[in-house]
Amino acid sequence: MAEAEESPGDPGTASSRPLMRDLKAVGKKFMHVLYPRKSNTLLRDWDLWGPLILCVTLALMLQRDSVDSEKDGGPQFAEVFVIVWFGAVTITLNSKLLGGNISFFQSLCVLGYCILPLTVALLICRLVLLADPGPVNFMVRLFVVIVMFAWSIVASTAFLADSQPPNRRALAVYPVFLFYFVISWMILTFTPQ
Amino acid sequence: MAAVDDLQFEEFGNAATSLAANPDATTVNIEDPGETPKHQPGPPRGSGREEDDELLGNDDSDKTELLAGQKKSSPFWTFEYYQTFFDVDTYQVFDRIKGSLLPIPGKNFVRLYIRSNPDLYGPFWICATLVFAIAISGNLSNFLIHLGEKTYHYVPEFRKVSIAATIIYAYAWLVPLALWGFLMWRNSKVMNIVSYSFLEIVCVYGYSLFIYIPTAILWIIPQKAVRWILVMIALGISGSVLAMTFWPAVREDNRRVALATVVTIVLLHMLLSVGCLAYFFDAPEMDHLPTTTATPNQTVAAAKSS
Repeated sequence: MAEAEESPGDPGTASSRPLMRDLKAVGKKFMHVLYPRKSNTLLRDWDLWGPLILCVTLALMLQRDSVDSEKDGGPQFAEVFVIVWFGAVTITLNSKLLGGNISFFQSLCVLGYCILPLTVALLICRLVLLADPGPVNFMVRLFVVIVMFAWSIVASTAFLADSQPPNRRALAVYPVFLFYFVISWMILTFTPQ
Repeated sequence: MAAVDDLQFEEFGNAATSLAANPDATTVNIEDPGETPKHQPGPPRGSGREEDDELLGNDDSDKTELLAGQKKSSPFWTFEYYQTFFDVDTYQVFDRIKGSLLPIPGKNFVRLYIRSNPDLYGPFWICATLVFAIAISGNLSNFLIHLGEKTYHYVPEFRKVSIAATIIYAYAWLVPLALWGFLMWRNSKVMNIVSYSFLEIVCVYGYSLFIYIPTAILWIIPQKAVRWILVMIALGISGSVLAMTFWPAVREDNRRVALATVVTIVLLHMLLSVGCLAYFFDAPEMDHLPTTTATPNQTVAAAKSS
Protein backbone atom coordinates (compact mmCIF):
# COMPACT_ATOMS: atom_id res chain seq x y z
CA MET A 1 0.00 0.00 0.00
CA ALA A 2 2.98 2.31 -0.57
CA GLU A 3 2.12 5.67 -2.03
CA ALA A 4 3.01 6.29 -5.64
CA GLU A 5 4.96 9.48 -5.08
CA GLU A 6 6.20 11.50 -2.18
CA SER A 7 7.01 15.15 -1.92
CA PRO A 8 10.65 15.99 -1.15
CA GLY A 9 9.93 17.50 2.25
CA ASP A 10 8.07 14.43 3.50
CA PRO A 11 9.11 13.32 7.00
CA GLY A 12 8.37 9.63 6.39
CA THR A 13 9.19 7.29 3.55
CA ALA A 14 6.50 5.50 1.61
CA SER A 15 6.85 2.29 3.60
CA SER A 16 6.96 3.77 7.09
CA ARG A 17 3.69 5.68 6.88
CA PRO A 18 1.41 2.59 6.88
CA LEU A 19 3.67 1.17 9.60
CA MET A 20 3.18 4.24 11.76
CA ARG A 21 -0.53 4.03 11.11
CA ASP A 22 -0.60 0.41 12.24
CA LEU A 23 1.49 1.14 15.30
CA LYS A 24 -0.82 3.97 16.22
CA ALA A 25 -3.82 1.67 15.85
CA VAL A 26 -2.18 -0.88 18.12
CA GLY A 27 -1.29 1.77 20.65
CA LYS A 28 -4.81 3.14 20.61
CA LYS A 29 -6.17 -0.32 21.37
CA PHE A 30 -3.71 -0.69 24.24
CA MET A 31 -5.15 2.48 25.70
CA HIS A 32 -8.66 1.11 25.29
CA VAL A 33 -7.68 -1.97 27.23
CA LEU A 34 -6.06 0.01 30.00
CA TYR A 35 -9.10 2.23 30.37
CA PRO A 36 -11.94 -0.06 29.38
CA ARG A 37 -15.09 1.69 28.35
CA LYS A 38 -17.90 0.45 26.21
CA SER A 39 -16.43 1.50 22.92
CA ASN A 40 -16.44 -0.47 19.72
CA THR A 41 -12.92 0.26 18.59
CA LEU A 42 -11.51 -3.10 19.58
CA LEU A 43 -14.31 -4.92 17.90
CA ARG A 44 -14.69 -2.89 14.74
CA ASP A 45 -11.08 -2.50 13.65
CA TRP A 46 -9.66 -5.71 14.94
CA ASP A 47 -6.10 -6.66 14.30
CA LEU A 48 -3.89 -9.39 15.60
CA TRP A 49 -0.62 -7.46 15.79
CA GLY A 50 -1.18 -6.43 19.38
CA PRO A 51 -1.95 -9.95 20.59
CA LEU A 52 1.08 -11.25 18.72
CA ILE A 53 3.42 -8.70 20.30
CA LEU A 54 1.99 -9.40 23.76
CA CYS A 55 2.13 -13.15 23.36
CA VAL A 56 5.72 -13.11 22.14
CA THR A 57 6.73 -10.82 25.02
CA LEU A 58 5.00 -13.07 27.51
CA ALA A 59 6.52 -16.24 26.09
CA LEU A 60 10.02 -14.75 25.88
CA MET A 61 9.97 -13.63 29.47
CA LEU A 62 8.36 -16.76 30.88
CA GLN A 63 10.49 -19.35 29.19
CA ARG A 64 12.95 -21.17 31.32
CA ASP A 65 16.62 -21.05 30.64
CA SER A 66 17.39 -23.87 28.26
CA VAL A 67 20.90 -24.20 29.65
CA ASP A 68 19.67 -24.75 33.15
CA SER A 69 16.53 -26.64 32.21
CA GLU A 70 15.20 -28.71 35.04
CA LYS A 71 12.91 -31.52 34.18
CA ASP A 72 9.78 -30.06 35.64
CA GLY A 73 10.38 -26.37 35.43
CA GLY A 74 8.38 -23.60 33.95
CA PRO A 75 6.92 -23.52 30.46
CA GLN A 76 8.95 -23.29 27.31
CA PHE A 77 8.45 -20.54 24.76
CA ALA A 78 6.35 -22.77 22.53
CA GLU A 79 4.23 -23.95 25.43
CA VAL A 80 3.25 -20.42 26.42
CA PHE A 81 2.50 -19.58 22.81
CA VAL A 82 0.35 -22.66 22.39
CA ILE A 83 -1.52 -22.07 25.62
CA VAL A 84 -2.35 -18.48 24.78
CA TRP A 85 -3.44 -19.09 21.20
CA PHE A 86 -5.09 -22.44 21.76
CA GLY A 87 -6.88 -21.06 24.78
CA ALA A 88 -8.08 -17.99 22.89
CA VAL A 89 -9.31 -20.10 19.96
CA THR A 90 -11.13 -22.49 22.31
CA ILE A 91 -12.85 -19.63 24.13
CA THR A 92 -13.86 -18.08 20.84
CA LEU A 93 -15.27 -21.37 19.53
CA ASN A 94 -17.11 -21.85 22.80
CA SER A 95 -18.59 -18.39 22.56
CA LYS A 96 -19.74 -18.95 19.01
CA LEU A 97 -21.17 -22.38 19.77
CA LEU A 98 -23.22 -20.89 22.57
CA GLY A 99 -24.76 -18.57 20.04
CA GLY A 100 -22.75 -15.40 20.40
CA ASN A 101 -22.74 -12.93 17.57
CA ILE A 102 -19.13 -11.92 17.64
CA SER A 103 -16.86 -12.85 14.80
CA PHE A 104 -13.97 -15.25 15.22
CA PHE A 105 -11.17 -12.74 14.76
CA GLN A 106 -12.85 -10.02 16.76
CA SER A 107 -12.96 -12.33 19.73
CA LEU A 108 -9.33 -13.38 19.29
CA CYS A 109 -8.39 -9.71 19.06
CA VAL A 110 -10.17 -8.81 22.31
CA LEU A 111 -8.78 -11.78 24.23
CA GLY A 112 -5.28 -11.09 22.96
CA TYR A 113 -5.31 -7.40 23.76
CA CYS A 114 -6.66 -8.01 27.25
CA ILE A 115 -3.49 -9.90 28.11
CA LEU A 116 -1.82 -6.49 28.33
CA PRO A 117 -2.41 -5.98 32.10
CA LEU A 118 -0.94 -9.41 32.80
CA THR A 119 2.11 -8.65 30.68
CA VAL A 120 2.60 -5.50 32.71
CA ALA A 121 2.28 -7.63 35.85
CA LEU A 122 5.01 -9.93 34.57
CA LEU A 123 7.33 -6.99 33.95
CA ILE A 124 6.69 -5.71 37.46
CA CYS A 125 7.24 -9.17 38.90
CA ARG A 126 10.58 -9.47 37.17
CA LEU A 127 11.65 -6.15 38.62
CA VAL A 128 10.45 -7.12 42.09
CA LEU A 129 12.32 -10.41 41.86
CA LEU A 130 15.58 -8.50 41.53
CA ALA A 131 15.21 -7.61 45.18
CA ASP A 132 15.91 -10.20 47.85
CA PRO A 133 13.44 -13.11 47.97
CA GLY A 134 11.17 -13.61 50.92
CA PRO A 135 7.55 -13.54 51.94
CA VAL A 136 7.25 -9.77 51.46
CA ASN A 137 8.52 -10.16 47.92
CA PHE A 138 5.94 -12.84 47.30
CA MET A 139 3.13 -10.77 48.79
CA VAL A 140 3.93 -7.85 46.55
CA ARG A 141 3.95 -10.06 43.48
CA LEU A 142 0.74 -11.76 44.54
CA PHE A 143 -0.98 -8.42 44.99
CA VAL A 144 0.18 -7.13 41.63
CA VAL A 145 -0.88 -10.29 39.80
CA ILE A 146 -4.31 -10.31 41.45
CA VAL A 147 -4.95 -6.69 40.56
CA MET A 148 -3.87 -7.19 36.95
CA PHE A 149 -5.89 -10.40 36.69
CA ALA A 150 -9.00 -8.53 37.80
CA TRP A 151 -8.21 -5.78 35.32
CA SER A 152 -7.93 -8.26 32.44
CA ILE A 153 -11.21 -9.88 33.34
CA VAL A 154 -13.02 -6.57 33.60
CA ALA A 155 -11.56 -5.34 30.32
CA SER A 156 -12.42 -8.45 28.33
CA THR A 157 -15.87 -8.82 29.87
CA ALA A 158 -16.67 -5.23 28.97
CA PHE A 159 -16.11 -6.09 25.34
CA LEU A 160 -17.32 -9.66 25.15
CA ALA A 161 -20.33 -9.79 27.43
CA ASP A 162 -22.61 -7.85 25.14
CA SER A 163 -22.23 -10.32 22.32
CA GLN A 164 -23.94 -13.12 24.22
CA PRO A 165 -27.64 -13.59 24.92
CA PRO A 166 -28.22 -12.72 28.57
CA ASN A 167 -29.18 -16.21 29.68
CA ARG A 168 -25.79 -17.57 28.61
CA ARG A 169 -23.52 -14.76 29.58
CA ALA A 170 -22.02 -16.56 32.58
CA LEU A 171 -21.35 -19.62 30.44
CA ALA A 172 -19.35 -17.53 27.97
CA VAL A 173 -17.45 -15.52 30.59
CA TYR A 174 -16.30 -18.42 32.76
CA PRO A 175 -13.75 -19.78 30.23
CA VAL A 176 -12.27 -16.29 29.97
CA PHE A 177 -11.85 -16.32 33.73
CA LEU A 178 -10.14 -19.72 33.59
CA PHE A 179 -7.86 -18.58 30.77
CA TYR A 180 -6.58 -15.49 32.55
CA PHE A 181 -6.33 -17.42 35.80
CA VAL A 182 -3.98 -19.94 34.23
CA ILE A 183 -1.85 -17.16 32.72
CA SER A 184 -1.76 -15.39 36.09
CA TRP A 185 -0.66 -18.61 37.74
CA MET A 186 2.18 -18.98 35.24
CA ILE A 187 3.26 -15.41 35.95
CA LEU A 188 3.04 -15.78 39.72
CA THR A 189 5.03 -19.00 39.84
CA PHE A 190 7.74 -17.68 37.59
CA THR A 191 11.07 -18.25 39.26
CA PRO A 192 14.20 -17.17 37.46
CA GLN A 193 17.16 -19.48 37.78
CA MET B 1 -64.64 -29.00 15.73
CA ALA B 2 -62.04 -27.81 13.29
CA ALA B 3 -62.64 -27.90 9.57
CA VAL B 4 -60.79 -30.51 7.54
CA ASP B 5 -58.58 -27.86 5.95
CA ASP B 6 -57.19 -26.79 9.28
CA LEU B 7 -56.04 -30.27 10.16
CA GLN B 8 -53.60 -30.32 7.29
CA PHE B 9 -49.98 -29.98 8.09
CA GLU B 10 -49.11 -26.28 8.29
CA GLU B 11 -45.87 -24.54 7.53
CA PHE B 12 -44.25 -22.83 10.51
CA GLY B 13 -45.09 -19.33 9.45
CA ASN B 14 -48.68 -20.09 8.54
CA ALA B 15 -49.82 -21.14 11.98
CA ALA B 16 -50.16 -17.56 13.11
CA THR B 17 -51.92 -16.44 9.96
CA SER B 18 -54.33 -19.36 9.95
CA LEU B 19 -55.18 -18.66 13.57
CA ALA B 20 -55.75 -15.06 12.69
CA ALA B 21 -57.97 -16.08 9.77
CA ASN B 22 -59.97 -18.59 11.78
CA PRO B 23 -59.65 -18.06 15.51
CA ASP B 24 -61.67 -21.15 16.38
CA ALA B 25 -59.39 -23.52 14.54
CA THR B 26 -56.82 -25.71 16.19
CA THR B 27 -53.40 -25.66 14.73
CA VAL B 28 -50.50 -27.88 15.55
CA ASN B 29 -47.50 -25.71 16.08
CA ILE B 30 -44.16 -27.41 16.53
CA GLU B 31 -41.97 -24.39 17.07
CA ASP B 32 -38.96 -25.46 19.00
CA PRO B 33 -38.35 -29.16 19.37
CA GLY B 34 -35.95 -28.49 22.19
CA GLU B 35 -38.62 -26.84 24.30
CA THR B 36 -41.39 -29.36 23.84
CA PRO B 37 -40.18 -32.10 26.20
CA LYS B 38 -40.33 -29.64 29.07
CA HIS B 39 -43.90 -28.67 28.31
CA GLN B 40 -45.27 -32.16 28.04
CA PRO B 41 -48.04 -32.65 30.58
CA GLY B 42 -47.80 -36.42 30.20
CA PRO B 43 -50.60 -38.88 30.82
CA PRO B 44 -51.84 -39.14 34.40
CA ARG B 45 -49.75 -41.75 36.15
CA GLY B 46 -50.40 -43.94 39.11
CA SER B 47 -48.22 -42.96 42.03
CA GLY B 48 -46.59 -46.37 42.15
CA ARG B 49 -45.29 -46.12 38.63
CA GLU B 50 -43.88 -42.63 39.04
CA GLU B 51 -40.53 -43.73 40.31
CA ASP B 52 -40.17 -46.28 37.56
CA ASP B 53 -41.11 -43.72 34.95
CA GLU B 54 -38.54 -41.30 36.22
CA LEU B 55 -35.96 -44.01 36.04
CA LEU B 56 -36.97 -45.53 32.74
CA GLY B 57 -38.49 -42.53 30.99
CA ASN B 58 -40.98 -44.87 29.34
CA ASP B 59 -43.72 -42.44 28.57
CA ASP B 60 -41.73 -39.82 26.79
CA SER B 61 -39.03 -41.98 25.32
CA ASP B 62 -40.82 -42.31 21.99
CA LYS B 63 -41.46 -38.62 21.69
CA THR B 64 -38.00 -37.66 22.78
CA GLU B 65 -36.47 -40.11 20.30
CA LEU B 66 -38.42 -38.43 17.55
CA LEU B 67 -37.53 -34.98 18.73
CA ALA B 68 -33.89 -35.88 19.15
CA GLY B 69 -33.94 -36.93 15.53
CA GLN B 70 -35.56 -33.65 14.61
CA LYS B 71 -33.05 -31.61 16.54
CA LYS B 72 -29.85 -32.90 15.04
CA SER B 73 -30.92 -32.65 11.45
CA SER B 74 -27.98 -30.58 10.19
CA PRO B 75 -25.22 -32.55 8.51
CA PHE B 76 -22.19 -33.06 10.66
CA TRP B 77 -19.92 -30.82 8.67
CA THR B 78 -21.92 -27.69 9.39
CA PHE B 79 -21.41 -25.45 12.38
CA GLU B 80 -25.09 -25.68 13.33
CA TYR B 81 -24.73 -29.37 14.04
CA TYR B 82 -22.24 -28.68 16.79
CA GLN B 83 -24.26 -25.79 18.10
CA THR B 84 -26.97 -28.25 19.11
CA PHE B 85 -24.57 -29.65 21.67
CA PHE B 86 -24.20 -26.26 23.32
CA ASP B 87 -27.89 -25.49 23.53
CA VAL B 88 -27.97 -24.91 27.26
CA ASP B 89 -28.63 -21.91 29.42
CA THR B 90 -26.76 -20.92 32.54
CA TYR B 91 -29.45 -22.16 34.90
CA GLN B 92 -29.53 -25.54 33.16
CA VAL B 93 -25.79 -26.03 33.63
CA PHE B 94 -26.12 -25.08 37.28
CA ASP B 95 -29.02 -27.50 37.70
CA ARG B 96 -27.01 -30.32 36.21
CA ILE B 97 -24.02 -29.57 38.41
CA LYS B 98 -26.33 -29.48 41.43
CA GLY B 99 -27.80 -32.80 40.38
CA SER B 100 -24.36 -34.34 40.22
CA LEU B 101 -23.54 -33.09 43.73
CA LEU B 102 -26.77 -34.23 45.37
CA PRO B 103 -27.69 -37.66 44.13
CA ILE B 104 -31.25 -38.40 45.14
CA PRO B 105 -31.87 -42.10 45.52
CA GLY B 106 -34.21 -43.31 42.83
CA LYS B 107 -33.75 -40.33 40.55
CA ASN B 108 -31.91 -40.87 37.32
CA PHE B 109 -29.54 -38.06 36.40
CA VAL B 110 -30.05 -38.50 32.69
CA ARG B 111 -33.83 -38.54 32.76
CA LEU B 112 -34.14 -35.84 35.34
CA TYR B 113 -31.64 -33.30 34.15
CA ILE B 114 -30.46 -34.10 30.68
CA ARG B 115 -33.84 -34.97 29.16
CA SER B 116 -32.56 -35.56 25.62
CA ASN B 117 -30.59 -32.36 25.59
CA PRO B 118 -27.07 -33.55 26.29
CA ASP B 119 -24.56 -30.79 26.15
CA LEU B 120 -20.84 -30.80 25.64
CA TYR B 121 -20.27 -27.49 27.43
CA GLY B 122 -20.40 -29.02 30.91
CA PRO B 123 -18.13 -32.01 30.32
CA PHE B 124 -15.54 -30.01 28.39
CA TRP B 125 -15.17 -27.10 30.80
CA ILE B 126 -15.49 -29.21 33.93
CA CYS B 127 -12.65 -31.38 32.65
CA ALA B 128 -10.58 -28.30 31.77
CA THR B 129 -11.14 -26.83 35.23
CA LEU B 130 -10.33 -30.16 36.84
CA VAL B 131 -7.06 -30.44 34.90
CA PHE B 132 -5.87 -27.08 36.14
CA ALA B 133 -7.25 -27.61 39.63
CA ILE B 134 -5.30 -30.83 40.02
CA ALA B 135 -2.09 -29.47 38.51
CA ILE B 136 -2.15 -26.22 40.48
CA SER B 137 -3.24 -27.81 43.76
CA GLY B 138 -0.60 -30.49 43.40
CA ASN B 139 2.03 -27.87 42.80
CA LEU B 140 0.88 -25.79 45.78
CA SER B 141 0.66 -28.80 48.04
CA ASN B 142 4.16 -29.95 47.17
CA PHE B 143 5.44 -26.44 47.77
CA LEU B 144 3.84 -26.28 51.21
CA ILE B 145 5.02 -29.74 52.17
CA HIS B 146 8.62 -29.12 51.22
CA LEU B 147 8.69 -25.59 52.58
CA GLY B 148 11.71 -25.13 54.79
CA GLU B 149 13.68 -28.00 53.34
CA LYS B 150 17.14 -26.80 52.57
CA THR B 151 17.52 -28.90 49.45
CA TYR B 152 14.17 -28.06 47.92
CA HIS B 153 14.00 -25.59 45.05
CA TYR B 154 10.53 -24.65 43.90
CA VAL B 155 9.63 -25.56 40.34
CA PRO B 156 6.27 -24.86 38.70
CA GLU B 157 6.12 -28.44 37.34
CA PHE B 158 4.51 -27.36 34.14
CA ARG B 159 4.81 -30.76 32.51
CA LYS B 160 2.20 -32.10 34.86
CA VAL B 161 -0.49 -29.96 33.28
CA SER B 162 -0.25 -31.84 30.00
CA ILE B 163 -0.16 -35.17 31.79
CA ALA B 164 -3.23 -34.24 33.82
CA ALA B 165 -5.01 -33.10 30.67
CA THR B 166 -4.28 -36.36 28.90
CA ILE B 167 -5.47 -38.48 31.80
CA ILE B 168 -8.67 -36.58 32.47
CA TYR B 169 -9.80 -36.09 28.91
CA ALA B 170 -8.98 -39.69 28.05
CA TYR B 171 -11.06 -40.84 30.99
CA ALA B 172 -13.94 -38.53 30.11
CA TRP B 173 -14.13 -39.77 26.52
CA LEU B 174 -12.80 -43.30 26.35
CA VAL B 175 -14.61 -44.78 29.33
CA PRO B 176 -18.01 -43.54 28.08
CA LEU B 177 -17.14 -44.91 24.66
CA ALA B 178 -16.31 -48.32 26.07
CA LEU B 179 -19.40 -48.28 28.27
CA TRP B 180 -21.63 -47.25 25.39
CA GLY B 181 -20.21 -50.00 23.22
CA PHE B 182 -20.74 -52.51 25.99
CA LEU B 183 -24.33 -51.40 26.58
CA MET B 184 -25.09 -51.56 22.86
CA TRP B 185 -23.70 -55.07 22.73
CA ARG B 186 -25.76 -56.20 25.71
CA ASN B 187 -28.79 -54.49 24.20
CA SER B 188 -28.53 -56.70 21.17
CA LYS B 189 -28.66 -59.77 23.41
CA VAL B 190 -31.12 -58.71 26.08
CA MET B 191 -33.92 -56.29 25.37
CA ASN B 192 -33.24 -53.41 27.74
CA ILE B 193 -35.91 -50.82 28.27
CA VAL B 194 -33.50 -48.04 28.92
CA SER B 195 -30.71 -47.16 26.58
CA TYR B 196 -28.56 -44.09 26.52
CA SER B 197 -26.96 -42.34 23.60
CA PHE B 198 -23.22 -41.86 23.58
CA LEU B 199 -23.50 -38.15 24.27
CA GLU B 200 -25.73 -38.70 27.27
CA ILE B 201 -23.14 -41.03 28.78
CA VAL B 202 -20.37 -38.49 28.10
CA CYS B 203 -22.56 -35.86 29.73
CA VAL B 204 -23.14 -37.91 32.88
CA TYR B 205 -19.48 -38.71 33.22
CA GLY B 206 -18.48 -35.10 32.67
CA TYR B 207 -20.85 -33.73 35.27
CA SER B 208 -20.00 -36.48 37.73
CA LEU B 209 -16.39 -35.29 37.69
CA PHE B 210 -17.40 -31.91 39.09
CA ILE B 211 -17.11 -33.06 42.71
CA TYR B 212 -13.40 -33.62 42.16
CA ILE B 213 -12.72 -29.93 41.64
CA PRO B 214 -13.28 -28.90 45.28
CA THR B 215 -11.77 -32.22 46.32
CA ALA B 216 -8.56 -31.43 44.45
CA ILE B 217 -8.39 -28.01 46.06
CA LEU B 218 -8.91 -29.50 49.51
CA TRP B 219 -6.20 -32.07 48.83
CA ILE B 220 -3.71 -29.28 49.44
CA ILE B 221 -4.15 -30.01 53.15
CA PRO B 222 -1.12 -32.18 53.90
CA GLN B 223 -2.81 -34.70 56.12
CA LYS B 224 -3.13 -38.25 54.87
CA ALA B 225 -6.30 -38.95 56.82
CA VAL B 226 -8.00 -35.83 55.48
CA ARG B 227 -7.08 -36.71 51.92
CA TRP B 228 -8.43 -40.21 52.15
CA ILE B 229 -11.66 -39.05 53.75
CA LEU B 230 -12.06 -36.63 50.85
CA VAL B 231 -11.46 -39.47 48.38
CA MET B 232 -14.17 -41.52 50.04
CA ILE B 233 -16.68 -38.68 50.09
CA ALA B 234 -16.07 -37.72 46.47
CA LEU B 235 -16.21 -41.31 45.34
CA GLY B 236 -19.40 -41.85 47.29
CA ILE B 237 -21.16 -38.94 45.68
CA SER B 238 -20.05 -39.30 42.08
CA GLY B 239 -20.05 -43.07 42.25
CA SER B 240 -23.64 -43.09 43.39
CA VAL B 241 -24.65 -40.70 40.60
CA LEU B 242 -23.10 -43.03 38.06
CA ALA B 243 -24.47 -46.17 39.68
CA MET B 244 -28.00 -44.82 39.84
CA THR B 245 -27.78 -43.73 36.23
CA PHE B 246 -26.55 -47.01 34.83
CA TRP B 247 -28.34 -49.48 37.04
CA PRO B 248 -31.64 -49.16 35.12
CA ALA B 249 -29.77 -49.76 31.90
CA VAL B 250 -28.40 -53.12 32.96
CA ARG B 251 -30.84 -54.47 35.51
CA GLU B 252 -32.86 -56.36 32.91
CA ASP B 253 -29.73 -58.28 32.14
CA ASN B 254 -28.16 -61.25 33.82
CA ARG B 255 -27.71 -60.42 37.50
CA ARG B 256 -23.99 -61.03 37.54
CA VAL B 257 -23.34 -58.99 34.40
CA ALA B 258 -25.34 -56.10 35.79
CA LEU B 259 -23.51 -56.10 39.10
CA ALA B 260 -20.15 -56.47 37.40
CA THR B 261 -20.87 -53.49 35.15
CA VAL B 262 -21.82 -51.18 37.97
CA VAL B 263 -18.90 -52.33 40.10
CA THR B 264 -16.50 -51.74 37.21
CA ILE B 265 -17.84 -48.23 36.70
CA VAL B 266 -17.30 -47.34 40.33
CA LEU B 267 -13.92 -49.06 40.40
CA LEU B 268 -12.64 -47.09 37.40
CA HIS B 269 -13.81 -43.92 39.05
CA MET B 270 -11.92 -44.78 42.18
CA LEU B 271 -8.84 -45.62 40.16
CA LEU B 272 -8.92 -42.18 38.60
CA SER B 273 -9.13 -40.32 41.88
CA VAL B 274 -6.58 -42.43 43.74
CA GLY B 275 -4.22 -42.30 40.78
CA CYS B 276 -4.43 -38.52 40.59
CA LEU B 277 -3.89 -38.22 44.33
CA ALA B 278 -0.84 -40.47 44.21
CA TYR B 279 0.77 -38.90 41.16
CA PHE B 280 0.18 -35.19 41.60
CA PHE B 281 0.34 -34.87 45.35
CA ASP B 282 3.43 -35.84 47.26
CA ALA B 283 2.88 -37.77 50.42
CA PRO B 284 3.17 -35.63 53.51
CA GLU B 285 6.17 -37.27 55.12
CA MET B 286 6.41 -38.03 58.76
CA ASP B 287 9.65 -36.13 59.27
CA HIS B 288 7.92 -32.97 58.22
CA LEU B 289 6.34 -32.30 61.53
CA PRO B 290 7.63 -29.15 63.21
CA THR B 291 11.27 -29.54 64.21
CA THR B 292 10.63 -29.81 67.91
CA THR B 293 12.53 -33.06 68.08
CA ALA B 294 15.50 -31.74 66.09
CA THR B 295 18.85 -31.21 67.75
CA PRO B 296 19.86 -27.64 68.59
CA ASN B 297 22.37 -27.59 65.70
CA GLN B 298 19.70 -28.41 63.16
CA THR B 299 17.29 -25.80 64.46
CA VAL B 300 19.99 -23.15 64.22
CA ALA B 301 20.75 -24.19 60.66
CA ALA B 302 17.06 -24.19 59.77
CA ALA B 303 16.63 -20.73 61.23
CA LYS B 304 19.58 -19.42 59.20
CA SER B 305 18.28 -20.80 55.92
CA SER B 306 14.73 -19.36 56.17
